[in-house]
Order: sequence, then C-alpha cells, then structure tokens
Amino acid sequence: MTKCIECEAEISLPAGLEKGEVIDCPECGVELEVVNAEKGELRVAEVEGEDWGQ
Amino acid sequence: MLRVGFLYSKIRQDEKLLLEEMRKRNLEIVKIDDKELNLSLEKQDFGIDILLERSVSHSRALYALKFFQSYGIPTVNTFDVATVCGDKAYTSLALENHGILTPKTRVALTEETAIQAMEELGWPCVIKPVTGSWARMCAKLNDKDAAEAVLEHKKVLGEYMHSIFYIQEYIEKPGRDIRAFVVGDETIAAIYRESEHWITNTSRGAIARNCEITEELNEICLKTAEAVGGGVLAMDVFEGKEGLMMNEVNYTMEFKNSVEPTGVDIPKKVIDYVVETARK
Repeated sequence: MTKCIECEAEISLPAGLEKGEVIDCPECGVELEVVNAEKGELRVAEVEGEDWGQ
Repeated sequence: MLRVGFLYSKIRQDEKLLLEEMRKRNLEIVKIDDKELNLSLEKQDFGIDILLERSVSHSRALYALKFFQSYGIPTVNTFDVATVCGDKAYTSLALENHGILTPKTRVALTEETAIQAMEELGWPCVIKPVTGSWARMCAKLNDKDAAEAVLEHKKVLGEYMHSIFYIQEYIEKPGRDIRAFVVGDETIAAIYRESEHWITNTSRGAIARNCEITEELNEICLKTAEAVGGGVLAMDVFEGKEGLMMNEVNYTMEFKNSVEPTGVDIPKKVIDYVVETARK
C-alpha cells in the first residue's frame, strides 16, 4: 500500500508495475508515475507537452 | 550479453510490450528516464551497446539521440531520422525530393502568406503544427473566415513554432486511411484506421482493421523509409484519386492497437531490428 501524493488516499499498487508506468489515483484521479514500485514511491506524472506524441 | 539502453518518458503499453520482448530474450536492459538525463559534452558511459529511443517528447528524443550518437552509441532511430520525421515540413520535403506522392503542401511564415497559400491550394485545406502528434491542433479550414480566425488564435496564443504555417490540400478519404509499419527494409504490417471524422487517428477513436500489404503499399512505404533515412517507422498513407499518397512518418511509433488486428508480432520485429543494428 502507498499513498496518493495529491490527496493522500491509500493506493494498492498492482503487481508487476514498472518504474515509469503511470497509474490513476482511484480517489482524486490524478495521474501518478511510479518512481520505485517496490517501495511504493510515486510522483505526479508530467502533463502532456506540446511536442509529445508519435 | 547485449545491453540495450531503453530511453523513455513514461512506460505505456507499447513500452511494456518492447520490454517484455527484450526480457524474453534475456537482453540486458538499462532503463533511462529522459527526465533524469544530465548530458555532458564529453562521453558519458551508460554501459550500453545500443539505445532504443521511446521518448514521448520529440525535443527530448532529438537532443538525447544527438548526444548518444556523439558518445558513439548506435541508436534506433537515428538523430537524422528523428529530425526529418519530427518536423512535418522536413518530412514533406524529403518525400517530394524522392518523388513520392504526397498531398500538396505549403509552408508560410506570416499570416498574409499563409492566406495566400491557402487560397492557392483551395478550400477546404488543412493547417497543422510542424511538430506534435495525435492530430493535436490540426484544423480543417473550410473558408477564409475560418482561416483568419485560426491564424489569429495561433498568433496570439502560440509559441514561435506556431508561426510556421504548414498547410496542406485537403484529401477526401474513403472514411479511412492506412497506418503502415516499416522495420528496416520490410513493411511488416498495416492497418486501416476507420472513422467518419476527417481525423483518423486511433488515439482519436478510429477503429483499426487489418490492411493487406499490396505491392503498391509496400513500394511507397519502402521508398519513404529510404527517403527519411530508414529504421523503425510508422507511416500514414492516404488512398487518393491518383493512388496512394504518403502523408506523415512517425519515428517513435505506437503499435499496441495494431498487433491484434494484423496478427503481426510488432515488438518482436522491432527488437529483432535493434539486435541486428547493434551487431552491425
């Protein structure tokens, strides 16, 4: 278990998450990027930039 | 064991499929978050034999590729390919210079010449930012009134890149376009992207269906790959009245919606190419 850094809701991380994956907080909906899956470290994911995409 | 640097901004389904394929082969993966790069002019040792670029940001990809190449590390794709494909004006020029059929295109640098270019191309026409994706800020302009409104908005709200006006003739499509995937010298798969909207990106709701790789499609795709410098590429092709037309080329291709309809193991083909490039 870890906490959403935006709203502090308890979040249960699914197994097999990769560093760099983005999940949604089920409470506040903010996008969170996995910094360290084992330690449950998250940060708010970057907002889409103008030069993003393929 | 081959050590593959995996440059990313975030791990999406596409990146997970590539990582999974590399793990199946026991390749050593060095994940490199583009947000954590701090690149020096002198050679940095990342402990990798090749870099697979999967940055979602064009500017980060471009600069990272330049530095990694400068450190003597081969990259997929190359800086030159990213430069050409990351700018629609450069792509259009490369296509034209290689005799590849593409929509009529103009680049204007002021609002006045943009209107002039649009009137010469005829209404409706399409205006797009030279960089950027997922059809963001692409506008179909039905008349001069609409064009003037869009140009004013771009001038007031936009950054400097928005004052490079990339304008194309509007191509009537049969409710679909083609997304084709080229890896090395092979057109590995293609899908139709079906939508009633004039924008047919799957990220905007178009439905993906398998598209047969005809001789004509294969030919335009391979010629395009050669024109932009080759590698791992996704191409947007229109079925125009005069035949197939190449519209855009993407160098960090998204493919997750295309594996199932085509039945082609796209991540396997990409990693085959990475391994082959590293061993050259």
